[in-house]
Amino acid sequence: MSKIITYIEAISEGLREEMRKDKSVFLLGEDIGTYGGAFKVTKGFIEEFGDKRVIDTVIAESAIIGAATGAAIAGMKPVAEMQFADFVTNGFNQLVNITAKYYYRNFVPVPLVLRLPFGGGIRGGPFHSSCPEAWFFHTPGLKLVAPSTPYDAKGLIKSAIRDPNPVLYFEHKFLYRHIKAEIPEEDFIVPIGKADIKREGSDISIITYSSGVHWSLEAAEVLSKEGVEIEVVDLRSLVPLDTNMILQSVKKTGKVLIVHEDTLTGGIGGEIAAIISEHAFEYLDAPIKRVASLDTPVPYAPTLEDYFLPNTKKVIDAARTLAAY
Amino acid sequence: MPTVTEKSKKQKTISAKISPSNNDSLKPDAQLKLYYFMKLMREVEDAILRLYQQGKIVGGAYSGNGNEASAVGSAFALEKSDYLFPMHRDMGAHFVKGQSVLNLMLQHLGRDTSLTKGRDGTTHYTDPKLRIYGNISPLGAMIPVAVGVALASKLRNDKTVAMTYIGDGGASVGEVHEGLMMASVMHLPFVLIIENNHYAYSTPIDKQFLVEKLSDRAIGYGIPGVTVDGTDVLEVFHACKTAVDRARRGEGPTIIESVTMRMQGHAAHDNAWYVPKELLAEWKRKDPLVRFEKKLTDDGIITKSKQESMSADINRQIEDALKIAFERPYPPAEQASEGVFAE
Repeated sequence: MSKIITYIEAISEGLREEMRKDKSVFLLGEDIGTYGGAFKVTKGFIEEFGDKRVIDTVIAESAIIGAATGAAIAGMKPVAEMQFADFVTNGFNQLVNITAKYYYRNFVPVPLVLRLPFGGGIRGGPFHSSCPEAWFFHTPGLKLVAPSTPYDAKGLIKSAIRDPNPVLYFEHKFLYRHIKAEIPEEDFIVPIGKADIKREGSDISIITYSSGVHWSLEAAEVLSKEGVEIEVVDLRSLVPLDTNMILQSVKKTGKVLIVHEDTLTGGIGGEIAAIISEHAFEYLDAPIKRVASLDTPVPYAPTLEDYFLPNTKKVIDAARTLAAY
Repeated sequence: MPTVTEKSKKQKTISAKISPSNNDSLKPDAQLKLYYFMKLMREVEDAILRLYQQGKIVGGAYSGNGNEASAVGSAFALEKSDYLFPMHRDMGAHFVKGQSVLNLMLQHLGRDTSLTKGRDGTTHYTDPKLRIYGNISPLGAMIPVAVGVALASKLRNDKTVAMTYIGDGGASVGEVHEGLMMASVMHLPFVLIIENNHYAYSTPIDKQFLVEKLSDRAIGYGIPGVTVDGTDVLEVFHACKTAVDRARRGEGPTIIESVTMRMQGHAAHDNAWYVPKELLAEWKRKDPLVRFEKKLTDDGIITKSKQESMSADINRQIEDALKIAFERPYPPAEQASEGVFAE
């Protein structure tokens, strides 16, 4: 049996099913209860689970992340929401100095999930659109996932909740209602740390995640008509990174394009390029190319934001350059 | 909705409960225990400072000299199942919760069998069996975490209480405010001791806050706040007991300001040249250990011979712990790369 659901419904379903299954799972965040969340991910949750398991908190991100950490070390399984991923900066010390280092220092697991609605394309401007994953990619002790499809969104939220470690769950706001797909009715999970080939190809590997997957798939469709077959590797998990699958694909195609919505400099793409050049240099037939956002804050006006963000055309152009090698 | 007047009434109630007449209600054997833990803290810390002078401690060493009554009296108000989040001048609180001298020595010496397996030092450790959750260096950061433990306690209705500490300096950190906001509005079983020891590293309190008492900040959270003499272990205990009982009944958090003096530098490397000699001399006369010793002697609770046997026992514990600790190696180097994630 299967059904068609949106990306946002997939997240809600995953959360709801885990909460029904495990009494120690509870949610906390700003406006997630009575209001159902700024994006309605938790709409109807307080009615089903009550205000003890769906907690409207004070507007205090350090307290939200810290309290989730405390509840996790005390044996609960909190899922905390940042209303926008941009606001995680307010809880940075908690996440980086306490949550991330806790297991390494104390051998006490911290099974928390932090949901981070991120990304642009929604005209949110500089404080409601950013992609902060690279900060945490650089922080040992945090797992990072960033699904691109309803199937992965549901499977990864479930894995994240069941994981004994802190997992940062990057959910893309633009994908929430723009992406729909068929998923099975039965219980399933997507393992953390496993990438997924979203389209097979032999000429160029696009290594990407989240919103980048959709631009890349559209670009692959276009280039296929020109006789260039692109393989789209959806990382799904950023930490741990599925290095094997990246290298396998690169060894097959010999050409690499890295696509992410985060800004270019210091983005995860740089690390992926380094891994590829260290471990698959002799397989490369062309320089590793990257498509990412400009190195600026996310601008507000439509003309500016569209210019700032990657898009299908930018991916196509970069892929054509690579194909010419 | 409680009015401001009601709130200040609540604060009066808690002050009333720590009136001096109440301070004698602890049985003599309990008072002896308080004294023992205070003395143990003083002696173990002095031993650690000596090791530091000898270059045997891996990193820094912190002294809670002057803070013994505050550390011991507060933790003594907790049950075994309660959660303690101590700070670096609260070693006595660790002992009250059941920590061994050996474990603290192993921590300071960075040995393979330390609670953190050499991954962190000093009192930065978690011992879930004893429900001790040590602080981290950016002070105030553990307060939201302690609030989270209190939240778990409330969600499970297991009637446990989380107690934590902050200094006069750390109390400025934003996370303290955020934690208190959450704890107060959710009525969590949480007790915060603000140990006002007059200095944040080199910065005196007149550069840190304008309120008369740090417990006055409780008004801003709509919770009780009380200031106690942090050199009087019984006064600290009774105030904390009142707060802990209140928290356990589900009535929410309390702030207790415990006024003490940091008698040594910020850490062992610092001779505190910036603290006026007269101030130290004034507080030396209120040494919490000497003060309590006198009270116990006057009350006939402790005798000279009892004191001597206690000292001998403490010295033996320290010697034994150091003997074992120094025989332990540092952890194998390659362990550095293991255990970032739980399996």
